[in-house]
Amino acid sequence: MQGEDEERMKVEVGTLEQLPKRLGKCVRVGNRELALFRTGDDQVFAVENRCPHRGGDLSQGIVSGEYVFCPLHDWKICLRDGQAQAPDEGCVKTYRAAVKDGLVYVEL
Amino acid sequence: MRRKLVLIGNGMAGVRCIEEILKFDREAFEITIFGSEPHPNYNRILLSKVLQGDTRLDDITLNSWEWYERNGIRLFAGETVTEVDIKRRLVRTDRGRVVEYDELIFATGSNPFILPVPGADLPGVTAFRDIQDCERMIEYAKTYKKAAVIGGGLLGLEAARGLLHLGMDVDVIHIFDYLMERQLDPTASKLLQRELEKQGMNVLLRKETAELFGNGRVEGVRFKDGTSIAADLVVMAVGIRPNVDLARRSGIEVNRGIVVNDYLETSVPHIYAVGECAEHRGVVYGLVAPLYEQGKVLAEAICGRKGKPYEGSVVATQLKVSGVDVFSAGEFMDGEGTESIKLYDEARSVYKKVVVRQGKIVGAVLFGDTSEGRKLFDMIQRGDSVEALSLSLFAPAALGGKGSLAAAMADTDVVCGCNGVTKGAICQAIAEHGLKTVAEVRDYTNASRSCGGCKGLVAELLEHMLGEEANRYAVKETICGCTDLSREEVIASIKEKRLMTVKEVMSVLGWKNEEGCSKCRPALNYYLGMLYPGEYDEEAESLFVNERLHANIQADGTYSVVPRIYGGVTTAEQLRNIADVAEKYNVPMIKITGGQRIDLLGVKKEDLPRIWADLGMPSGYAYAKALRTVKTCVGKQFCRFGTQDSTGLGIRMEQTFERLKTPHKVKMAVSACPRNCAESGIKDVGVVGVEGGWEIYVGGNGGTHLRAADLLCTVKTEDEVIEMTGAFLQYYRESAHYLERTSKWVERVGLEHIREVLFDVETRCALLERLHKALSATTDPWRDIVENERLQQLLFRDIGDKEPVPVE
Repeated sequence: MQGEDEERMKVEVGTLEQLPKRLGKCVRVGNRELALFRTGDDQVFAVENRCPHRGGDLSQGIVSGEYVFCPLHDWKICLRDGQAQAPDEGCVKTYRAAVKDGLVYVEL
Repeated sequence: MRRKLVLIGNGMAGVRCIEEILKFDREAFEITIFGSEPHPNYNRILLSKVLQGDTRLDDITLNSWEWYERNGIRLFAGETVTEVDIKRRLVRTDRGRVVEYDELIFATGSNPFILPVPGADLPGVTAFRDIQDCERMIEYAKTYKKAAVIGGGLLGLEAARGLLHLGMDVDVIHIFDYLMERQLDPTASKLLQRELEKQGMNVLLRKETAELFGNGRVEGVRFKDGTSIAADLVVMAVGIRPNVDLARRSGIEVNRGIVVNDYLETSVPHIYAVGECAEHRGVVYGLVAPLYEQGKVLAEAICGRKGKPYEGSVVATQLKVSGVDVFSAGEFMDGEGTESIKLYDEARSVYKKVVVRQGKIVGAVLFGDTSEGRKLFDMIQRGDSVEALSLSLFAPAALGGKGSLAAAMADTDVVCGCNGVTKGAICQAIAEHGLKTVAEVRDYTNASRSCGGCKGLVAELLEHMLGEEANRYAVKETICGCTDLSREEVIASIKEKRLMTVKEVMSVLGWKNEEGCSKCRPALNYYLGMLYPGEYDEEAESLFVNERLHANIQADGTYSVVPRIYGGVTTAEQLRNIADVAEKYNVPMIKITGGQRIDLLGVKKEDLPRIWADLGMPSGYAYAKALRTVKTCVGKQFCRFGTQDSTGLGIRMEQTFERLKTPHKVKMAVSACPRNCAESGIKDVGVVGVEGGWEIYVGGNGGTHLRAADLLCTVKTEDEVIEMTGAFLQYYRESAHYLERTSKWVERVGLEHIREVLFDVETRCALLERLHKALSATTDPWRDIVENERLQQLLFRDIGDKEPVPVE
């Protein structure tokens, strides 16, 4: 069972309690920078912390439901699939996040 | 020693009074509150929202547990006072607790009236008054199907609507000839009934309940006329009674309510009553506005500052009943000696009636369109002559002359049945986005997306909208796509329903996007802050990053820091300090700004609190919708042309108005002569010194909307400049749309109008009073954060670096 997932990596990013609702937090893993969000209904999402438009710091955007608005030019990005919403076009990489025993993990 | 104040009743009226007392004097009393319900103070008006299942107790909580703690209030929730010993001045509770008082307030509210009929105590029968009732009803709705609500007043209808939402079949039983007879006349009531029946309620009129029957639990209701209906849940909403038992037992004079005088004092010294339990000049009030007025008068009196007495309230009702707007005020029933003016538009479900007695407006009922309610209420209170009525009140807006179906339809009529898209929604989308084709309308609104049967009608609407009709929809500018409400409508609802948080506004006003968006949340945050200075705490998650972090975000994700340099006048020591800080934090760029101050650019987010601490200067608000800077010229101290002390006045203005939040940024300037070296002509407020006085210019802009400022007035003294500027700013704060610069605002409302408002001494004083209230509630945000480790952690620190590990 273990062998199949050998290349898959994950990071533990702290407890769910430490993530404030609707306020993003940034975490660096190697050379990757991820934006982490805990939504109003306690789901956790992780996306690449770079707006597809001009590289804005998404972790500082306003969060509404499962979307974040980039602080630089107000692009609306879906946290679930990473897609920029019309009329803008583009996509950020998304990562699977999970909560287990109160701890938040992101799979890389 | 602090005096002991005990409040019996932890509800809206009592706690509001405590809030008022704390505002006067935080230290005067040692406060103890007893409440029978095991909850902190919540907004009872919104219980029906909880019943509908889309709102939780948290969302309607007005004072959190933490609020009581923060204000040093001892709260015993779920504990009932059972005895008041007025001789020894102490109260006893059902848990045997004994607490002494120096001053005692009764705010025991009212109890639901339960009909004294057989079976009223059967399981499955409930009132609709508190959280527990709500929870009980929600629980029943899970297992049972048939509900009966006894009472067709406001409360009963709200309960019925909630139960309908929960999936129950609902009968509304009313003893009178028509629903809501206290607020509506028969015509309006019939329209309402039609609407409610459309929504699925079954209304039974002229039915007097004889008994509730059932074996072990309620199974039905039998009426005096011999008929009966089946019901698994019966909600009694036939009225409320002031809760006066304890007061009566304690020897306090009680009539229908606890009798109070104009200072809310009862017949016993040091005992007061406020809210629904109090009877003032023979009247017991049930609406929130009068209760809050009482709370304020009592707070003043109890703090030893007896001011204006409470002289009773004139009440108007403005409500949304099951999604329909209704309004009534004054003498709204036709009677002897009255005449009335009516509009009855059955197609649009709009009804308006103004009642006139001897040429004066004495009452009104509005149904379906209550936008003129406030205005009519003022007219009724003033006793205006009927001639003051504007004809537009009765203009049937939707009946265009073209005779086409599209034109004749009401905004609320559905065009696309498959997707439930109304004419109003389509027209608004056309106006807002400049749509030209049926396909565009489909993409924006979903109309005609499914069966396509309405394409012809959509095409007709498009054609119709290209004409003058476009303006009607363009005029209504909603806050954003999350709501159909305009700024004015939202603000009116916030005030009327006393909504206190962004979440509450969105939930109560039916936001289409549950959590709003980047446009409406900051806007609501501003409006709430403007309406409730000192009471409303900004919500970090509803702020744009710059205002959340009190710094300007830059293209590369770093931030800039601009400390306050009043009037652009600095000192060697201040400059040296700034230089030291810049070196210490390796600030990549130091820039002199256009507003005569210094910008430190390229600062890391984590460093911001440390830099502020080291600078020890107040925030310059360069990131905020607030007063930015007051630019000044050198002035007569040095300049050979200067006629006035422009730097002195500039510094004073900046110190007076700093930290004031406004709909958009506000820039000011003071020049000492008409050469205008501080560029006063392109500022939101620009002051120009002339011999013997100052000219005040407003609405100038040097940015995207280049505009020369208008001369508002000329005054003689610096004090007058401060006063006029203050009133201007406050009026701008109260009436501009969020993100509307003064240049646009002045053009929209008109300079003459602004003059009328500001030059009226009474209005100006009122504006200034509200301005000072807002100003006195502000503190320096940088210092607040420097001193608050929790905020630093919450907003400025990220998770940092993490090492990956293999997935097990």
